[in-house]
Amino acid sequence: MSLIHLLRSCGRVVPCLLAAVLCAGTVQAAGPAAAPHTVPDTMAQRMQACTLCHGKEGRATNSGYFPRIAGKPAGYLYHQLLHFREGRRQNAGMTALLDPLSDAYLRDIAAHFASLDLPYPPPQPSTAAPAELARGQALVLHGDAQRKLPACVACHGQALTGVQPAIPGLLGLPRDYLIGQLGAWQTGLRHAHAPDCMAQIAQAMSPADVSAVASWLASQVLPANTHPAPPASRPLPLRCGSAPGAAK
Amino acid sequence: MSVLSSPVVRRLLWVALTAALVLSLAVVALLARQLNVAALPPVANVPAASAEQVERGAYLARAGNCAACHTTRGGAAYAGGQAINTPFGPVYAGNLTPDTEHGLGRWSADAFWRAMRHGQSRDGRLLNPVFPYENFTLISREDSDALYAFLQSLPPVTQPNRPHGLRFPYNTQAALAVWRELYFEPATFTPDTARPAEWNQGAYLVRGLGHCAACHSPRDALGGIQQASALSGGLMPGPGWYAPSLHARSEAGVAHWSEQQVVDLLKNGVVHGARHSEGATAMGPMAEVVFQSTQYLSDTDLRAMATYLRALPPKEATTASEPRASAAQLALGEQVYQRHCVDCHGASGQGAANAYPALAGNRAVTLASHVNPVQAILSGGFAPATAGNPQPYGMPPYRTLLTDTEVAAVASFIRQSWGNQAGEVTALDVQRVR
Repeated sequence: MSLIHLLRSCGRVVPCLLAAVLCAGTVQAAGPAAAPHTVPDTMAQRMQACTLCHGKEGRATNSGYFPRIAGKPAGYLYHQLLHFREGRRQNAGMTALLDPLSDAYLRDIAAHFASLDLPYPPPQPSTAAPAELARGQALVLHGDAQRKLPACVACHGQALTGVQPAIPGLLGLPRDYLIGQLGAWQTGLRHAHAPDCMAQIAQAMSPADVSAVASWLASQVLPANTHPAPPASRPLPLRCGSAPGAAK
Repeated sequence: MSVLSSPVVRRLLWVALTAALVLSLAVVALLARQLNVAALPPVANVPAASAEQVERGAYLARAGNCAACHTTRGGAAYAGGQAINTPFGPVYAGNLTPDTEHGLGRWSADAFWRAMRHGQSRDGRLLNPVFPYENFTLISREDSDALYAFLQSLPPVTQPNRPHGLRFPYNTQAALAVWRELYFEPATFTPDTARPAEWNQGAYLVRGLGHCAACHSPRDALGGIQQASALSGGLMPGPGWYAPSLHARSEAGVAHWSEQQVVDLLKNGVVHGARHSEGATAMGPMAEVVFQSTQYLSDTDLRAMATYLRALPPKEATTASEPRASAAQLALGEQVYQRHCVDCHGASGQGAANAYPALAGNRAVTLASHVNPVQAILSGGFAPATAGNPQPYGMPPYRTLLTDTEVAAVASFIRQSWGNQAGEVTALDVQRVR
């Protein structure tokens, strides 16, 4: 009787003292030889480590909000992965996951999620007052020339779905998350590549501005075409480390 | 009559006082010996080094994983500032760039050698042993000079060194002197002539620059390591993972592995066994060691380390009895496993070939310390991305998805199923790890 046969019979009725003596010389072996289990050799399978939290459309938990990453521009996602790994964005869980990963793999991960084409859920109805929403809309679409605040659409696309390769869309995100990120730029908790244009913009906004903009953005329905726009042909109004070569 | 008027008592008191005085003088003398270190003069110019020496130094810096402490996340290379958490407070790594004010710009090769060998700074101060000079003391002068040449070739960064956040009295030079008297003796690496050259090369790397014992050894209340228990496993206070014993077959001993398997683990971060349960994956802090350090070592050096590690005398850890989990806990654990774990790790804990480790017969799961399986469940993690495994599979973090009770139940379940016979994990255990 071969050793394998003997080991397999351990799981059945046969008293396996003899096999136990033989087993003792090996590494703590599993009991019966289990059927082999395989998983697909794909990026999607590898990214199960990410999708449990980020879900298809983002996921809200009592520990914070894990934003939607599907369909964001690859350059933007790659930059965020670098920021988490290098401490420019603060999230201990993200940092621990990304620490042993190479830049090349981070690019692959970003490209994978950028390639996903998934539907957006309808926005949550807004409880903000009409005046606040109007203020938000004005800032998003027209900015404030007096304070030299450019309109959000000037960089993030006329449809606010983002611009390739590295500017994210602003629709389909919860109000609290938007307020949190703008606040993080104001306090210096969140950084982007220098020159940090979003820090400059956020620091020129008042709390009322932040609330208004977040309320309006979060209440918008996405357009039929949710993909990021092709790279901008006109220069951006601000110099921005995340989008080098695009500024005036 | 008072007891003091007794001549016997008086004599005893005199003996005791004299003994105490002699002891105090001895302690003072020992501490003075530690503290009386001459400052070495600053140098005006650092001689240029050859390209070969700088390249060798860069390689040695990888082997020693200097950047792990001396480069802050997202910061300039080797400019210091990273906090290393100890039970006594945080210690901040220094600036190793050739900046003349804050770095090593005024250090001679002699001063650098003295720091590595004796743990003394150029100005004579004792260095904190979080900088593992207990291990680096074994470096050869030639290697020290190469490392010095590499560091001097870096761009200087004007970053001041941050004072340590150690509590009194651990923040005093006297405390360091005491610690050194107890735990540190400068040493030269002496090859064991009874062993082959490859073993000696491995010993030089593992005991020296590799400083494996700094994590893989138990530390006492003063943070010291007894030489006899080096590499016998230790809980890492900062990261909160357990670095398993390299002597114990039940933990991470590799005496029964092939040389190629040891090399694969250090080079690729993952090794596949003849049986799936014989494999291993570097996770948590070890994933970073492979990612930043050992994946860059030459095959010759890795084989030498494998030779040394495989020859470590087997020594099992003494473990307390293993409490069995209750039937209710195992039932809950199985439910959690079916919901969250079975798709990757298999219905019998057999794992998935070339992707996810088996849990059945997995030494990391059945360690006497429950810390690592709980950390893995809470934090998830990827295997390190290496040339041999460039797109590793990863495990999601369940920290926000499972309660302490659920984590404890599933950890107990995997530790006590499919032939695994480790102790149960309680919700309190999980809370402590969080």
